[in-house]
Amino acid sequence: MIQTTELTYQYPKSNKLNFPDFYVKEGDSLLVCGESGCGKTTLLHLLAGLRKPTGGEVMVEDEDISKFSATKMDHFRGRHIGIVYQQSYFIQSLSVLDNLLISPYANDKEKAKIVADRLEIGDLLSRYPNQLSVGQQQRLSIARSVMNEPKFLLADEPTSALDNKNCSKVINLLIEEATNHQAALIIVTHDDRLKKEVSDCIELNPLKME
Amino acid sequence: MLWKIAWKNIIHKPLNSVLCLSLILFGVSIISLLIMIQKQFEEKFERDLKDIDLVMGAKGSPLQLVLSAVYHLDAPTGNIKLSEAQSIMDGPMIEEAIPLAYGDSYEGYRILGTTIAYIDHYGAEIEEGRAYSNAMETTIGYAVAKKTGLKIGDTFMGTHGEVKEGHVHEDQSYTVVGILKENNSVLDNLVLTEIESVWQVHSSHDEHSEGHHEHSPHPEKEEDKEITAVLLKCKSKLATMSLPRVINQQTTMQAVLPGLEINQLFYMLGIGVTTLKLIAGGIMLMAAFSVFFVLYGRLRERKHELALMRSVGYRPRDLFGLLLLEGVLFAFIGYVLGTLLSRWGIYMINQQAESDFNLQFESAYIQGEWNLLLITLLVGVVSALLPAWKAMRMNVSTILAEG
Repeated sequence: MIQTTELTYQYPKSNKLNFPDFYVKEGDSLLVCGESGCGKTTLLHLLAGLRKPTGGEVMVEDEDISKFSATKMDHFRGRHIGIVYQQSYFIQSLSVLDNLLISPYANDKEKAKIVADRLEIGDLLSRYPNQLSVGQQQRLSIARSVMNEPKFLLADEPTSALDNKNCSKVINLLIEEATNHQAALIIVTHDDRLKKEVSDCIELNPLKME
Repeated sequence: MLWKIAWKNIIHKPLNSVLCLSLILFGVSIISLLIMIQKQFEEKFERDLKDIDLVMGAKGSPLQLVLSAVYHLDAPTGNIKLSEAQSIMDGPMIEEAIPLAYGDSYEGYRILGTTIAYIDHYGAEIEEGRAYSNAMETTIGYAVAKKTGLKIGDTFMGTHGEVKEGHVHEDQSYTVVGILKENNSVLDNLVLTEIESVWQVHSSHDEHSEGHHEHSPHPEKEEDKEITAVLLKCKSKLATMSLPRVINQQTTMQAVLPGLEINQLFYMLGIGVTTLKLIAGGIMLMAAFSVFFVLYGRLRERKHELALMRSVGYRPRDLFGLLLLEGVLFAFIGYVLGTLLSRWGIYMINQQAESDFNLQFESAYIQGEWNLLLITLLVGVVSALLPAWKAMRMNVSTILAEG
């Protein structure tokens, strides 16, 4: 379970971002919608511990991860969080299989093969990331994000680069993987197509001038 | 996994890595070649000098006398009268005196007339056959036997001079009666015989040829007997120091302290070696810069990869380690290739030195190269420090948000 309370973030020389409170249970999904520039990615990075909030809490179970030390956060993120990015980031010099095994917390070849098969990239393991199509790359991203059997799956605009057919395929796979791993799934997006697929949805407000 | 990533990064874009590697490679190979040759050169010269306090020979260049009489690397300065030399050799300050008379050569190997004491001096042992005991009998060095294929009982003719294709003394043939064990000294490359043989060959030779200066012509009378040089071992340090002055002033000969001459030679060679080492050091410095630029330049294109690594749980210091590892890998690969190249260099030099000087260098790994390895790895580490620091300090969130 992940829960946020009065989460705020202040960029230097910019307006303060206020985020609505929400919580997501294991196996549930939440869509966070909003226009560009309203802080969707920032919120995701706060949840992933890549940034520290200016105020408020990110409670995971009974701990406030925003109070974790950098080292503890790195460990926690590696162990329990899976992230899917808008763009597919890979290590270009490594094969698809090695990209799946990249995390220091996921070094299981057999598991990588099983996950890849489930996401229909099982026969691409020996290829390199730049040899894959956009849809295949996004499925590889999802596969990598669940390699550490995460409790939380965070997705940043996972479908914005995809056509309709790939969009619903990818989002369904994402939900399926989250359910499989009993992970709380949080997707931030401005892609309205996703509202059909995920029932729980909160809107981020555009920046309020203070 | 970090090792794998570092390794894959180096070989993924080979063109970028080639410049780095080749600079390290050339720097390492030049330095390694220099230290190998310098060390072996000095060792060989040291070994051959073995307990020879003084070299006595005809007046001329002292260094030439030492190079020709001790190392057989140069033409002799001329001949000296045996009678005159004998008076010094029999002197009270002399412990051991080995006379040398230069004969001809056989397939480029010098035929040297001397006493059995010469073999004993270098502690050489007979592998096969026996030591020569009569005129025209020879005992040949290990390398001579190996290269020329001469066996016990074989006969051969000397060739006039040092070159392989010279005038052949057709009427006087030598017989091989013994082969020496490998001795790692000048003996390996010499054909040893009685001084008498040298005289004999040239007395008959002189009848149908003219103009011989570097050999010891056969004496008509006892007092006309000539030899080329004498290696002396003195009874005391004092004798070693005082004898040269006596000989230089009171005879037509000169006496030289070979150690002194060789040190002088090393000193002069050392200047050249130092220059080369500076050049190699410059190459290593450029190598360090190129490793730095490659790693630093790639940071830009790799920042998303590095951010990704952070987001899957790697700590900042893991990224620091990754970049250092890449620098070290560059250095190590360059070092290994450079060491191999220097072996090839030794091989090529041996081809040349073999025919020119009968010199052979070993290509075994030596102590100095361990130090070179440490230095090379240090170069890799130092040049990766700043890129590694940058990678460690980067803001993951900003990079990922840029998209």
